[in-house]
Amino acid sequence: MKNKLKQIFKGGLGQLTIPLIAIALLVIFNLIRDPSFFSIELMHNNDGNIVLAGNLISIINGASELAVLAMGMTLVTAACGGQDISVGAMAAIAGSTFVKVLKASPSITGITVVIAFFAACVVAMLFASFNGVLVAIFKIQPMIATLILFTCGRSIAYWINGGATPTVESPIINAIGGFIPGIPVPTPVLIVIAVAIIFALAFRFTSIELFTQSVGINGSAARLNGINSTFIKLLSFIILGACVAVAGSIAVGRLGLINHETILLDIEMDAILAVAIGGNSLGGGKFKISGSIIGAYVIQMLTITLYAMKVSSTDVKAYKAIVIIILVVIGSPVIKAKFQKLMNRIKDNKRKVSVKGAE
Amino acid sequence: MEHELLEMRNISKIFPGVKALSNVDFTLRKGEIHALMGENGAGKSTLIKVLTGVYQMDGGEISVDGDKISIRSPQDAQNNGISTVYQEITLCPNLTVAENMYIGRENGVLVNHKSREKSADKILQELGIPARSTQQLGSCSLAVQQMVAIARAVDMKCKVLILDEPTSSLDDKEVNMLFKLMRDLKAQGVGIIFVTHFLEQVYEVCDRITVLRNGELVGEYLIEDLPQVELVAKMIGKDLDELSSLSEGEEKNYDNAEVFYEATNLSSSDALSFDFKIHKGEVNGFTGLLGSGRSESVRAIFGADKVTGGTVKIKGEDVKVTKPLDAMKHGIGYLAEDRKRDGIIADLSVRENIILALQVMKGFFKPISRSEAEAFADEYIKVLNIKTASRETPIGSLSGGNQQKVILARWLLTHPDYLILDEPTRGIDVGTKLEIQKLVLKLAEEGVSVTFISSEVEEMLRTCSRLIVMRDRHIVGELKGKDLNQAQVMKTIAGGES
Amino acid sequence: MKKKIGSLVMATSLTASLLMSACTTGGGAVTPTEPTTPDEPAVVADDPAPAADGLIKVGVVNNPPSESGYREANVKDMEAVFSEANGYELKTAYSLKNDEQLQAAQGFITEGVDYLLISAAETTGWDEVLKKAQENGIKVYLFDRMIDVDESLYEAAVVSDMAAEGDTAVQWLLDQKLDEYNVIHIQGAMGSDAQIGRTGALQKQFDDGKMNCVVQQTATWDEAEAKKIVETAINSKQKFNVIYAENDGMAKGAVAALDAAGIKHGVGQEVIVMGFDCNKWALRELKAGNWNYDGQCSPFQAQIISDLIQGKTTASSKKIINQEKGFDATTITDDDINTYGLGE
Repeated sequence: MKNKLKQIFKGGLGQLTIPLIAIALLVIFNLIRDPSFFSIELMHNNDGNIVLAGNLISIINGASELAVLAMGMTLVTAACGGQDISVGAMAAIAGSTFVKVLKASPSITGITVVIAFFAACVVAMLFASFNGVLVAIFKIQPMIATLILFTCGRSIAYWINGGATPTVESPIINAIGGFIPGIPVPTPVLIVIAVAIIFALAFRFTSIELFTQSVGINGSAARLNGINSTFIKLLSFIILGACVAVAGSIAVGRLGLINHETILLDIEMDAILAVAIGGNSLGGGKFKISGSIIGAYVIQMLTITLYAMKVSSTDVKAYKAIVIIILVVIGSPVIKAKFQKLMNRIKDNKRKVSVKGAE
Repeated sequence: MEHELLEMRNISKIFPGVKALSNVDFTLRKGEIHALMGENGAGKSTLIKVLTGVYQMDGGEISVDGDKISIRSPQDAQNNGISTVYQEITLCPNLTVAENMYIGRENGVLVNHKSREKSADKILQELGIPARSTQQLGSCSLAVQQMVAIARAVDMKCKVLILDEPTSSLDDKEVNMLFKLMRDLKAQGVGIIFVTHFLEQVYEVCDRITVLRNGELVGEYLIEDLPQVELVAKMIGKDLDELSSLSEGEEKNYDNAEVFYEATNLSSSDALSFDFKIHKGEVNGFTGLLGSGRSESVRAIFGADKVTGGTVKIKGEDVKVTKPLDAMKHGIGYLAEDRKRDGIIADLSVRENIILALQVMKGFFKPISRSEAEAFADEYIKVLNIKTASRETPIGSLSGGNQQKVILARWLLTHPDYLILDEPTRGIDVGTKLEIQKLVLKLAEEGVSVTFISSEVEEMLRTCSRLIVMRDRHIVGELKGKDLNQAQVMKTIAGGES
Repeated sequence: MKKKIGSLVMATSLTASLLMSACTTGGGAVTPTEPTTPDEPAVVADDPAPAADGLIKVGVVNNPPSESGYREANVKDMEAVFSEANGYELKTAYSLKNDEQLQAAQGFITEGVDYLLISAAETTGWDEVLKKAQENGIKVYLFDRMIDVDESLYEAAVVSDMAAEGDTAVQWLLDQKLDEYNVIHIQGAMGSDAQIGRTGALQKQFDDGKMNCVVQQTATWDEAEAKKIVETAINSKQKFNVIYAENDGMAKGAVAALDAAGIKHGVGQEVIVMGFDCNKWALRELKAGNWNYDGQCSPFQAQIISDLIQGKTTASSKKIINQEKGFDATTITDDDINTYGLGE
């Protein structure tokens, strides 16, 4: 047991240790509280599809936007050593563009949805490159650079449709946010899997991981090895822009409407937290996308648990903050070092005890 | 018996794996300006940090005015009248001069601004510093900021004032202002420790010189007893002869060999215009003291700093090298002087560090596969005898010498035609030094051109067939053939006829 | 240097956001413009009598239309009623910030409008401006929101009675004569007028034990949050037959959760769905029988004020309650949707 623990802390799972332990604790806590908490059942929804339902599905489904944004945020964090706080506002812009194009077409077909999504992607990537240029070329701190869109992004989203909560009615849109007929798994979950696969392929077929980490860890050395750090930083923002478009489109799909003031509100903070809980340094450098994805599910599981406990949703934020502080502090280098020391001392004591015993 | 102002006896400081100081003595007298000299890694800054409480010494004793003291923190040092003004200004540019002079020294929360400004003005006036107490510090010139930092120290009743490279970013006029202030303080009985790499300045203002080398005391000299050329010799050292098995004096002439690289009037943001060429298979060196411009010159060749002018020919063809990738594509590799800052990607594994440059050259969309990368890493770990737990170990946890070998592996993997090695042997053990020197000669035999820079002249004499000597950012001489000997090098570095 | 760029960006971002708010409003927040009569020469007169061309000059200080669907309809209504065709010259200023609103009102007074219409961002700080208006003989009407000043400073306030909206809705619910009332109550942003008013009547039923509160949560007007709340209730196997959402968006979120779980809702189904605000799309859901009830929160105060200005009606008291309806899915008509529906 001791050896296993040691192994886990020494490497093994490495930075994924904390988020995995967090998930395990939440699962155990919920199982004790309500053994049926994670029960999953098949049921008919109102469109006549057979679908999966249950808290677990709600958690995995509900965290989709967050998971997608956390993936993009991880890259920006790694390359630039800072975070984009405008993702929520940009998602409002992307979602509004999505809705705008859909409403402009006479009838909503698969093709119009694809066109609308690409339009949303292009717009989001443009806004993201605006952030990227400020950070990569003008060397402005990411949080300050993205403050601009954070402040005015939702107003821009309002302009796009010129109405407060435009709605779109279409089975295709419902399918994006809900279920594709015949598939019992919520579509957003499938989208997250698709995005994760795209990331994995990008890491496999380009050098983005190595270059991003090099730029993030030691920009000066990366430059002297011929890496164009401006390009890498800009690229990370553009990829985040694509993630934002995906998240915005999912959010629109869920309800068939966009409220520019509330869509994915405060999600930037959750996305940054997901990155941090995932064991990634917010100061940039080495990263693990998988950590951030797990982080996103930790946050969502926490939220759903608190709802299930009928904690008032105004209080949920406070509870969430407490749990997250604990997680982040446990993951901090100071505590890790202390823990290592403690382990060593326990080991020493045991050795002494056994030596004494032998005498 | 009369006690000296500051006496440091048998000071030792050990870092993991390195003995940074061993039994060093240092004495500072009242009203004296004392230069502390030595090349990088000689132990100057470690000694200063021990004295100021940044490091705890592992052995030895320090006394001030004959009283033995223990210095456990910078605060202790200050309380004992030891103040430091660092190379980079450590004051707050957005506060006023007066605020900077008193920050961190007040007791209690309430501050009387008026009286504070008055007393600040008084001190500034006494020391002849051209600044007003209410002025924002950032609006003063760098020299004045330095002087305000000194004034702060003086006002804290310091007896020992340490000036660590205070002149490195000042112009001649400002340096003179600073020297005047130093002489005034000297007259008041303050003992000043002056750390600099400008030899002329030492001879202009100092009374005594202490020279360190490799963490050991070389000696203490009165300024008039130690001519400049001897000082250089003492700093660089002449011993270290167990390595002399390496080919020395074997004269090679490359004048007829193919010129691989040729620059005319090359200049960068940090290097003055210079001409340079290197032949295929030739090993040349840039020498000169730290700050002489040797690193800046090779950085210009590699495009590491912004290139501002000049033409470059590679294999006789005109090419543009304005950024590192250009140089790399033309077969140039560059091992940077500051390994930590410009070389290693500390958190990444040995494998990732080794393939980095090759990967960059292959391009973004052609990643080296994992198995290929592992094969490369294993190969070079073996060839260069890199001591690492595994190829997945973060490079940051390797020893300096092994880190350097990993960076060398990174460049060797790109199969360069021309390799620039800036201080590849600094701060690493003797055995590894020898390995690296051998490697350089082997590469040259294989037809690779190498530029080799080292602060140890011996090392360069052994490896290079041509030495370019720099002083004050200008090339002052080129030595080859029979001129390639210690005495000639020293003379050229020190300059003049002395 | 880095710092300088940083502060430069901060400044730009502030300016950008200012510009932004100025542009969204279609006119300067601080310097009011005249959107309806752009080619009219500005007549500056201290005399509050109608301008030479006979148009009544009205200055409206309001929140920006981007605030909500409600505000959007409100702004449109104002522009439609106080049109040139109806004998008005309209000047507007929109801001979410009280001090900007105050400046705009000040500007209208100096410009010399005849009437000042105000929907204030905050209830305090208006004394001085309203006094100045009175001194200049400008008549003040408040709409939508009350201000904390002496009644003598304004002619009348045309407002919604949020508590009455709640009462109407709860009365409708009681009229359904269900055997049991198991209610999921989704609240708006806590402390807002709408939330307090719409919660009141229902809370009384809970307190009296006439209805059973299954879940009471705030979703702070967020559709997605509302969906999560209902989803969690379903997952925990809570029994409920009424969803009382304090606006349309949250009702829509709740319905999305019901749909996903295969729970039937609407007329004659398991779960009754109630919303507020009467967005057009929501009323259409009502007409289709997917929802059961939608309570109005009327943004249409302009006609009442216009009638008062033109003397067609007189105010019986200073506070005029804007009559508001509740719509039942079984009785709603297309006419209702077109007349009372907001948006589009």
